Amino acid sequence: MNGFPRGKTAITGAATFGIGRNPGLSSMDIAVNASIRALRDAGITPGDVDALFICLPDNFLSGLTFAEYLGIQPKITENNRTGGSAFLTHLQSACLALDAGLCDVALIAYGSNQLSGAGKLVTPSGADPYEGPYRPRLPVSAYALAAARHMHEYGTTAEQLAEVAVSARQWANLNPDAHMQGELTVDDVLQARRVSTPLGVRDCCLVTDGGAAIVVTRADRAKDHTSKPAYVLGAAAATFHHNISQMPDLTVTAASESGPAAFAQAGVGTKDIDVVELYDAFTINPVLFMEDLGFCAKGEGGAFFENGHTAPGGAQPVNTNGGGLSCVHPGMYGLFTLVEAVQQITGVAGARQVEGAKLALAHGSGGYLSSQVTAILGTEETL
Amino acid sequence: MTEELSGIRPEQEYRAHLAEGRFMLLRSRSSGRCMFYPRVAEPVTGNTDLEWVAASGRGTVYSTTAIGQRPPTPSYNVALIDLEEGPRMMSRVEGLAAEDVQIGMAVQARVADEDGTPIVVFDPA
Repeated sequence: MNGFPRGKTAITGAATFGIGRNPGLSSMDIAVNASIRALRDAGITPGDVDALFICLPDNFLSGLTFAEYLGIQPKITENNRTGGSAFLTHLQSACLALDAGLCDVALIAYGSNQLSGAGKLVTPSGADPYEGPYRPRLPVSAYALAAARHMHEYGTTAEQLAEVAVSARQWANLNPDAHMQGELTVDDVLQARRVSTPLGVRDCCLVTDGGAAIVVTRADRAKDHTSKPAYVLGAAAATFHHNISQMPDLTVTAASESGPAAFAQAGVGTKDIDVVELYDAFTINPVLFMEDLGFCAKGEGGAFFENGHTAPGGAQPVNTNGGGLSCVHPGMYGLFTLVEAVQQITGVAGARQVEGAKLALAHGSGGYLSSQVTAILGTEETL
Repeated sequence: MTEELSGIRPEQEYRAHLAEGRFMLLRSRSSGRCMFYPRVAEPVTGNTDLEWVAASGRGTVYSTTAIGQRPPTPSYNVALIDLEEGPRMMSRVEGLAAEDVQIGMAVQARVADEDGTPIVVFDPA
């Protein structure tokens, strides 16, 4: 027993919708469009869904609204919100419920019209009485504080953080759906306006519209949906804090627990992973996560992103869709890590396809480096 | 076995102390640990034998950021301060440019008036 039904469930449909600017659609409309695509990818219809996992930025009862919208009558309606990691939390719950036989077909969905609707980042938790008076520019200041501490302890440089953004842009340039394209240099990132030192505007994720959805079912029926299921080999979560002032060590996230747990469930190690899809809300995130997940030692995350190591053609591809920094960030990005992981290991990623990718790691982060959830997906031959 | 809850009204009591110029922390009598922010029970242990104690006000900058504003308005500082008593809190360091606040800097708390509301800020010690 390692806490997870390894390979007993699989993602059989995965899709995005409306990345960029899509005026005239509600967040719900965007989530439904993405879901229809994912369901068609799996060769099924909304009527086949009996478990629904969703949270939308502007609707706290979105599980009920979404089910009604598509005529779904779920046995499980899960509205858990752990921030941007919520959808990986949903995947973990869905896999357990499917394996237990509580449901047969789970749909995990997200959509947001954040760019064309609100036009700015929506922060779902209200101002904190003990932090609010100091006017931190959240969420960016929380990550800026973490970046400053990492630089102080490990000598991480602004240039290394910029490399994270440059790597993401190079992948985005291979992804026709990515919202931001064109050349981006380390110098461009360093010269950009400082929002909250040491982070500048090019260290920050985009504000876009967009939706994503995945279909999950038991392995025994996955082949009914698709010839290439993406099997779920592990999914583990950990949380240390919510507000940044309560984070025990600003250089160590709870990915240091979720990562090793997910690897143990999957029975694989970092060297086996072909593609890594991380929640890169800010350039410090991938640095922290690659360390905490075990891809490099603590303090070496900055160097990890140098010399194109994570960029197209590099030895360890990271954020192959362009990430939240250059592809899409509609308020919560977590589900997009899973969609890209699925597209890579099922070989449908087009110009950005990592040749022969069989094992993918998707990692979500919620709050202020707070909720950390790691999932490992593999092709049939990894079972 | 008697089961007394702390009876603490955290934010209300914290602010009442600040309004009288006192920066106070909650401490568990049995664990001896202070907490920030104030709560009705101690994290992890659930201890409710809580008392308000005066903070020494001595602290160290754990991390810092300068938040940019539209020029010519200068940036302002937001910092995380490790208090001598153990807890960490968000605040700001005053008396120098936001960018000049350094991690590891020794600082001293002061109760300041922020638009009619008392808050704790820090000065270089």
